[in-house]
Amino acid sequence: MSRSLMKDGRPRSPFSIVTMTILALLWTIPTLGLLVTSFRTRDDAATSGWWTALFNPFGADWTTSNYSGAWTGADLSSGFVNSIIVAIPATVIPIMFAAFAAYAFTFMDFPFKEFFFLLIIAVMVVPIQVAFQPMLNILGPRGLGISGQYIAVWLLHTGFGMPLCIYTLRNYMSTLPRSVVESAKIDGCSHFQTFWRLVAPMSIPAIAAFATLQFLWVWNDLLIAKLFLKSENTTVIVKLQQLLGSQGQGQELLTAGAFITIIVPMIVFVTLQRYMIRGMTSGAVKG
Amino acid sequence: MTADTSAAAPRQRLRTEDDPDAHLRTNPIKIGIGIVGMIAVIWGLANLFLAFGYYPEWFGNKFVIGILAIVAGVGGAALLFYFLNMFVEGLPRRLSEGVIPYAFILPGLLLVGLMLIYPTFQTINYSFANADSTAYVGLQNYKTIFGSSEFWQSIVNNILWLLIVPALVVAFGVIVAVLADKLSATGEKVAKSMVFLPMAISAVGASAIWLLVYAYNNPGQPQTGLLNAIWTGLGGDPQTWLAIDTLKLNSILLMVILIWLQAGFAMVLLSSAIKGVPEDTVEAARIDGAGEFQIFWQVIIPQIKGTIITVFVTVFITVLKVFDIVYVTTNGAYGTNVIANLFFNKLFAASEAGQATAIVVVLLIAVIPLIWYQVKHFRDEEAGR
Repeated sequence: MSRSLMKDGRPRSPFSIVTMTILALLWTIPTLGLLVTSFRTRDDAATSGWWTALFNPFGADWTTSNYSGAWTGADLSSGFVNSIIVAIPATVIPIMFAAFAAYAFTFMDFPFKEFFFLLIIAVMVVPIQVAFQPMLNILGPRGLGISGQYIAVWLLHTGFGMPLCIYTLRNYMSTLPRSVVESAKIDGCSHFQTFWRLVAPMSIPAIAAFATLQFLWVWNDLLIAKLFLKSENTTVIVKLQQLLGSQGQGQELLTAGAFITIIVPMIVFVTLQRYMIRGMTSGAVKG
Repeated sequence: MTADTSAAAPRQRLRTEDDPDAHLRTNPIKIGIGIVGMIAVIWGLANLFLAFGYYPEWFGNKFVIGILAIVAGVGGAALLFYFLNMFVEGLPRRLSEGVIPYAFILPGLLLVGLMLIYPTFQTINYSFANADSTAYVGLQNYKTIFGSSEFWQSIVNNILWLLIVPALVVAFGVIVAVLADKLSATGEKVAKSMVFLPMAISAVGASAIWLLVYAYNNPGQPQTGLLNAIWTGLGGDPQTWLAIDTLKLNSILLMVILIWLQAGFAMVLLSSAIKGVPEDTVEAARIDGAGEFQIFWQVIIPQIKGTIITVFVTVFITVLKVFDIVYVTTNGAYGTNVIANLFFNKLFAASEAGQATAIVVVLLIAVIPLIWYQVKHFRDEEAGR
C-alpha cells in the first residue's frame, strides 16, 4: 500500500484528516450558526434555518440592524463599557500582589513557608460560592455599603484570582535560574530591587498567561457581576443573560448581542493564546 | 540581563564601603518613612476606592474611574511594597532577613484570607442561622434542604454531570490531541485553534449559541434549530429538546455545552504531553510489531497519565460548580437543576441565606477529597523537582 508523504517526511494519515475535519467542523458550526443568524432579518431567521441563507447568500436578506438594535436599543453599549472598566483593574491588580508573594515563595526560605503555600493550593479548590453571603454582608449596606459599585467586584476578583495567580507565577519563577537572584544579592541588591529589575521582567510570559486567563474569567463571569453590581454598572454578560431571559420580542437582537459579548475575549484570546498555552502547560504539565 | 547587574554592582558596593556595617544596624529614618509611607498609601487608597463607590459623580465619567483605578491599584501596590521594603530594610539585618518574606506574602495572603478563608468559616456559621443571618436556628436549614426533593434531584444531576463531563472532556481532548499530531503542521494548527476557540466564550454566550441549535418550531413550520432540522429531516417530529426529562436527555444536552467549552483546554494540555512522549519508545514498540492502536494504549497513554489526571481533576472542579449554563437555559426546570444553581436561587431569588449557605457547606464537604488530592499531588511534584 503506497501512502503519500507530508513535507516533513511523515506519512499522511487519511483517517486523522477525515476525523479531525469532522470534529473541527462540529466545534465550529454552532458558533457559525450564531454569526450567520446575527446578520439575518427577524422574519428570515424565524422562517428558515441559518444554513439556507448560507447556501443561498444572494437570495437572503442581510442586515446589520440587529447589531445597532442590540448596541443601543438593548443597551449593550453601557454593559460593554462597564465590562471593560471591571475587567482591566480586576486583571492587573491581583498580579501585583501575587507577583511579590510568588517571589517570596520561590526565592526565600522562611518558617511556615510550606504551610502558607499549601494553604494557597487548598484554597484554589474551595468553591467561590462560600464567599457570597459573608461578602454580601461585609460589602453591603450592613457593612461598607460599597456593594453594587465597581470596587466591590474588583476586590472580589482580586481575592478569587489570587491563589491561582500566586501558584502559576511561582511555578514559572521556580524555573528561573536561582543563581541570577543570588548573584544580585551578592552585588548588594535588595529583594525589592531584584524583584523589579530581574524577576518581574523575566516572568513576563507567565504574567501574560495568567493575565489572559484572568481577563477571560472576569469578562465572562456572570455570578459575581449579577450579585455585586447594581444595574447601571452591570457587565455585558449580565445584559446578555437578561436578553436571554426575555423570551419572544427582541429575539433577533439576542444573536447580535451574544456576538458582541464574544468579540473582545476572542480578540484577547487569539492575540495572547501563545503565551496562555505556554503558561498553562508549564504550570500544569509536570507528569 | 547579567551584563546589566554586573554594571550596577560596583556602584552598589561603593556606597556600602563608606560604612560597611550600616545595613547591620537599625535605621530609624528608614523605619519611620516606611511606616508613615505604608499608612499613607493604605489610607489614600482606601479613601480613593471608597470615593469611587460613594461619590462616583466626583470623577466625571466611568472611564476616569476605570483609569484611575488601574493607576492607583498598580501604583499603590508598588508604593505599598516599596515602603514595606524600606521599613524592613531599616530593621537590624538579622531581623530584616527574617521579616521580609512575610512582608512580601502578607498583602496577597490577607486578601485570600479576607475573600476565601474567613468566608468559609463564616458560611459554615451562617448555615446554622436564619434567612438573613441574624439569629441561630440550629439544624433547621439542613433539615429543610435534606427534606426537599429539589435538593436530592440536584445532587443526582450533579453526580451525573461529574460522571459524564470530565470523562468525555478528557476523551475528546486525547482523541483530538492524538489525531492532530498526525496532521501536517498547518493542518494541526488550524484544527487545534478551531477546537480551542470556544474557550474564549462565556458560558452565557455558549448557552445562546446552543439554544439556537436546540431551537424548536411548531410541526409543519421550517425548523430553525439545527438539531430539529436534522431530526425532522430523518423523519422525526420536532422536539422541545430541553424539556425532555426521559433518560435525562435535557441534562445531557446541557452537558454537551460544557464539553464543547472545555475540550480545547484538555486538548492543549494533553497535546503538549503527547509531544513530550519520547519518540524512541514509540519507535521501539513499532519495531516489536505493535499496531497503532496498541501503541496508543500501551505506550502513549501510560506516559501521559499524569496530565490526564490533572486535566480530569481541573474539569471535575469546574463541573462541581457548574451554574451559568443551567441558570441561563432552563434555570433548573424540567428536572435539570444542579447544586450551584439551587444555591443561587436560594440566595438571590428566595433570599434564604441560611439554606443557601447550608447548600454551600454540602459543596464544601464534596471538595474536601479534592483539596487532599491537590495537596498530595503538589507534594509529590515538589519531591520530584
